[in-house]
Amino acid sequence: MNAPTTVAERLSASGTANALELRGISKLFGALVALSDITISVHPGERRAVLGSNGAGKTTLFNCITGDFLPSSGTVRFFGEDITTFPAHERIRRGLRRTYQISQLFAGLSVFDNIYLACRGVSQNRFSLRRPGKDDALMASAEDLVRVVHLDEAKDTLVSELSYGQQRQLEIAMALSGAPRFILFDEPAAGLSPTERSELIEILVGLPDHMGFIIIEHDMDVALRVSESVTMMHNGRIFKEGKPAEIEEDPEVQALYLGGGDG
Amino acid sequence: MAVVDQQSGDSVKTSADSQSQGAKTTWFERVPAIYWLLALVLLIMPVMASDFALYQIFGWSFILGMIALSLMFLAGYGGMVSIVQMTIAALAGYMLAIIGDSAITEISLGWPWWISIPLALLIAMIFGTLTGALAVRTDGIYTIMITLAIASAFFYFTRQNYVLFNGFSGFNGVLAPNLFGIDWRNPVPFYYLTLFWATVSYLVVLYISRAPFGLALQGVRDNARRMAALGYNVNAHRIAAYTFAALIAGLGGILLTWQSTQISPGTAGIGPVIDILVIAVIGGMTRPIGPFIGAFIYVILKTFAIDILVSLGLSGDRFQLLIGLCFLLIVFFSPDGILGLWDRMRAYQKRDPLRDQMGEAP
Ligand SMILES: Nc1ncnc2c1ncn2[C@@H]1O[C@H](COP(=O)(O)OP(=O)(O)OP(=O)(O)O)[C@@H](O)[C@H]1O
Ligand SMILES: [Mg+2]
Repeated sequence: MNAPTTVAERLSASGTANALELRGISKLFGALVALSDITISVHPGERRAVLGSNGAGKTTLFNCITGDFLPSSGTVRFFGEDITTFPAHERIRRGLRRTYQISQLFAGLSVFDNIYLACRGVSQNRFSLRRPGKDDALMASAEDLVRVVHLDEAKDTLVSELSYGQQRQLEIAMALSGAPRFILFDEPAAGLSPTERSELIEILVGLPDHMGFIIIEHDMDVALRVSESVTMMHNGRIFKEGKPAEIEEDPEVQALYLGGGDG
Repeated sequence: MAVVDQQSGDSVKTSADSQSQGAKTTWFERVPAIYWLLALVLLIMPVMASDFALYQIFGWSFILGMIALSLMFLAGYGGMVSIVQMTIAALAGYMLAIIGDSAITEISLGWPWWISIPLALLIAMIFGTLTGALAVRTDGIYTIMITLAIASAFFYFTRQNYVLFNGFSGFNGVLAPNLFGIDWRNPVPFYYLTLFWATVSYLVVLYISRAPFGLALQGVRDNARRMAALGYNVNAHRIAAYTFAALIAGLGGILLTWQSTQISPGTAGIGPVIDILVIAVIGGMTRPIGPFIGAFIYVILKTFAIDILVSLGLSGDRFQLLIGLCFLLIVFFSPDGILGLWDRMRAYQKRDPLRDQMGEAP
């Protein structure tokens, strides 16, 4: 690995760097070009929405950033560090987080255990053979996260018994564990009730200022309320970038997406 | 159940089981009564049972239960079906015979027990770790295939290697050391010895299942991709699970070798290797008690099948068929073993008859 080895090096590398810097990312699935030459820079603390029709490549882009799979070409930099070939867990340990469009939870464990695992994963002693005591700091932060996403009542419920909306809330909580530096939200509002939706917006808007994120969202209301910049994707390419207002009014965007789409 | 039993600070919530019992409870109040009863019965068993039952039925059940428990840990918590657990047990037994004492004095080094036992366990754990490192790159049926391949390779290797493993005949005269002035070969001491280690293994597995390592393993079982996206090195966790399982299997292997006072290729032949899987499946792999239930049933069948068949006027050498039939029956009626059957029975009893009448059954 060619990562900066010392903490000091890593910090200095991140001092002026963008939170996320994608250069020429392409992804092929056989003959299918899912992503083609994507270049994006997101500065620390920035909140960006990624819009695009079904199959535009939004989720694939997230997968390349988090290392769920590697891009066919291009580089990914995270706070200045080249993480293109890092395994997923190394990226997460550096402060990257994500949620999944299709919930990826631990069905055989309780809500609390799911969140506790998320907290432990970005902490020390992942192999610890000792049960956490009551003074365990991670237990407390897991308790906090349970409250943040309003799952207090369902804390001890098995994930397989949760409602769809609760699963989506848990999905969010797991991405907020530890000290995230940048979060990728993949359609967090899809399938939520209006109440759950406004709770979600509240959580997103309430995140600390330094915590930037990218949100993929079909619902323009949600997307434009929580983000300060927008990237439009189409057929694996970036189609348009700009401020929410510009994008909303852009005739090309309206013709392609807002008019004929399912948004 | 939450990760810890007591809640921290002024938190208003209590875990589900302490809620149902009102205020704070201590750990021994939360152990179900049936477990206390079982513990009592097992402790006073030597007063009631014959030497044969203590040594051959219970001793053997505890040992096989431990080896099957190591599989339950991997399969139940980690989702990895390893066929190699009996092989690891046998390797520990072989190392005990080779490093320690046996009747084959040309090979056995004759080192004292406090060297031979830890070394045997260490070698078993290294072997388990290497097996894990190979196996975790595969999934499902391929894990079964690769561990089965390792198990059969070990069987044929020990049968053909005379320099170290003494080939076909293996080692006899492998005796438990005379510690604390007790002859551990006697049925009552041996019963307590195996009961002790079976209980320790059971409790340790139970404890670890709620510790970060065990929880993470269950996370890997449920969703390996998400575990990586939470910062876990998934393969490292899987391999570590193999290492830990090998320790339990190795302990079982040492006791097994003492019980039969011998170790030979047949101990880890293809039959016994698969029997461990059968035991774990019969008992159920959702909780660590399952393998011990399965082992007890297996030992009873194996011990008395011949008598039953003969008394029915059938040929005694069909006992494997009887075991196979029982296996089939249990798996047919309850794919998750006796534990699954038990859980469904409990759920049935708890059901509210009024609710059912009102047509609200799921
Ligand atoms: N693992 C994969 N293997 C093969 N093809 C894939 C894979 N993942 C995505 N694709 C394809 O890549 C293209 C982009 O998919 P992607 O999931 O990134 O779209 P999306 O923009 O997230 O769409 P949606 O709005 O429906 O979530 C699609 O044509 C999809 O079929
Ligand atoms: Mg998508």
